Amino acid sequence: MGPVEAFLAGMRVTFGHFVRAFFGGKGEVTIRYPDEMRVKPQRFHGRHVLNRYPDGMEKCIGCELCAGACPAHCIYVRGKDNPADDPVSPGERYGFVYEINLLRCIFCALCVEACPTEAITMTQLFEMSTTNREDGIYTRTELLVNPDGTPNHMFTEDPYADLGELVKADGWMRAAAPGGRAAYEGETAWTPSAGIGARPPELGQSEPVVDEDGDD
Amino acid sequence: MDGWDFLLIVIRVVVIFVMLMITTLLLVWFERKVVADMQDRIGPSRAGPWGILQTLADGMKLFFKEQITPRKVEFGLYIAAPILATVPAFLIFMAVPFGRPFTLTLGGEPREILLQGADLNIGLLFILSMSSIAVYAVVLAGWSSGSKYPLLGGVRATAQAISYEAALGLSVIPVVMYTGSVQLSEIVEFQRANLQFLGNVIPFIPNWNLFLLAPSFVIFFIAAVAETNRAPFDLVEAEQELVGGFHTEYSGLRFALFFLAEYINMFTMSAIAVTLFMGGWSGPTWDGVLPALVSGVLPTFWFFAKVVVLLFVYVWLRATLPRLRYDQLMEFGWKRLIPGALAWLMIIGVVLAWRQFGNPWS
Repeated sequence: MGPVEAFLAGMRVTFGHFVRAFFGGKGEVTIRYPDEMRVKPQRFHGRHVLNRYPDGMEKCIGCELCAGACPAHCIYVRGKDNPADDPVSPGERYGFVYEINLLRCIFCALCVEACPTEAITMTQLFEMSTTNREDGIYTRTELLVNPDGTPNHMFTEDPYADLGELVKADGWMRAAAPGGRAAYEGETAWTPSAGIGARPPELGQSEPVVDEDGDD
Repeated sequence: MDGWDFLLIVIRVVVIFVMLMITTLLLVWFERKVVADMQDRIGPSRAGPWGILQTLADGMKLFFKEQITPRKVEFGLYIAAPILATVPAFLIFMAVPFGRPFTLTLGGEPREILLQGADLNIGLLFILSMSSIAVYAVVLAGWSSGSKYPLLGGVRATAQAISYEAALGLSVIPVVMYTGSVQLSEIVEFQRANLQFLGNVIPFIPNWNLFLLAPSFVIFFIAAVAETNRAPFDLVEAEQELVGGFHTEYSGLRFALFFLAEYINMFTMSAIAVTLFMGGWSGPTWDGVLPALVSGVLPTFWFFAKVVVLLFVYVWLRATLPRLRYDQLMEFGWKRLIPGALAWLMIIGVVLAWRQFGNPWS
């Protein structure tokens, strides 16, 4: 192809796209972000939450395995013995300090993989911009889900906060969680969570994904 | 020359100034929207309907931003450069006729009102000289910034301007030879007639220079794109290599002036191309059929419609072509455009001499 033909071929491509877009075609690959939201994949790695059991008990037992697994060293956990009269978690201990510096987090979900009780999972929440560095450190207050299973959102009064996403705590961390191995495909192998109950088993990669409960 | 004449001149200048500002606002939006369509994006969509006020918002932002002055600048030239870029951009359009002259009776006597800043009898030369001055702005901005990227941008601008100005000038000469005038109003008048040698076969084809001098038009347009530093010839401000090129060290309103000048230049270059090759404001006006006011405004409409077509081509080129490498730019200018323009000039000269003096052997 000579230079002139190449030039004309290029010009034809752009003009074709212009005509398609100008005369009503919906060829755009971008979306009007704060007004429209993309449908995110089930296993999207958003920010973390600390889950509860359906009875309201915290799943975290303060074992610090997540902190040990974290390659970015952004998790800080301190465990403490459960008070005998009013236990916070079903085990012996609970995580009484739990901080994640999301400015350092690389969202690899190795903490989710390391967690023996599926206490920490990743959600589809991704709007985490802050105006100072302190707000980038999420503590128990922000991470722990409410007793009804909805996560705390830092900016619920923000007009662009996607409150619809708040319903979807306990994200589909299953690929990374101990119960999510391929061998468990089609088998519920994880504990139920507050507000959600037991998630149905994933179909896995061998079969097409079917949206069973209609919320993803 | 009485008060009325003076007032008319002032009104003309103010109208052209305001028109260019509004045109720039719309042009930037037009470019962003068309490029977005070509690249499967949405483009500006927030400020006003279809984002049409986006440029206004950007302009306001630049207006209120701090104007940072680096320590090493040559302050006088540093300040002069944006002004030097903007003033010629406005002045060039002053010589371009954008509508049919009409007659009004003011102060007791009929006066012909030109829709043109000034009907210079050296209009074309004026335009060429002004577009050369605009290059100084880029060179001076690059040099006075006291920084290496602007300097490289300025050096590139010098070389590019010299190379392509030659082609631009050579491509215009056939028009002057063919129409016999450098006065833009006369060039437009010349193109209003029907095409002579085809006119008998197919009526209604206008006598645009575009048809007979098509190679000139192509060379002129390519050189105009290079003169206005637009893609694919935007080596002067190549973002990926030179940060912002000559305007790297400019911010706030000073940067806005460069930006303004670039888009006005794009508009005026298209306007000149329309005037020289596409009949300027000429077009069907249906005098007597339509109301006088409509017939009077139609030429201006035709003018702007033609300019928008050329501006679309500008944007289209930008959305399509990658930037030329520096040696490609030079090779294209000196080995293709200038010899091509010279050869075409020779051909036109021979043909015109033939028409005027007959066969050399008779």
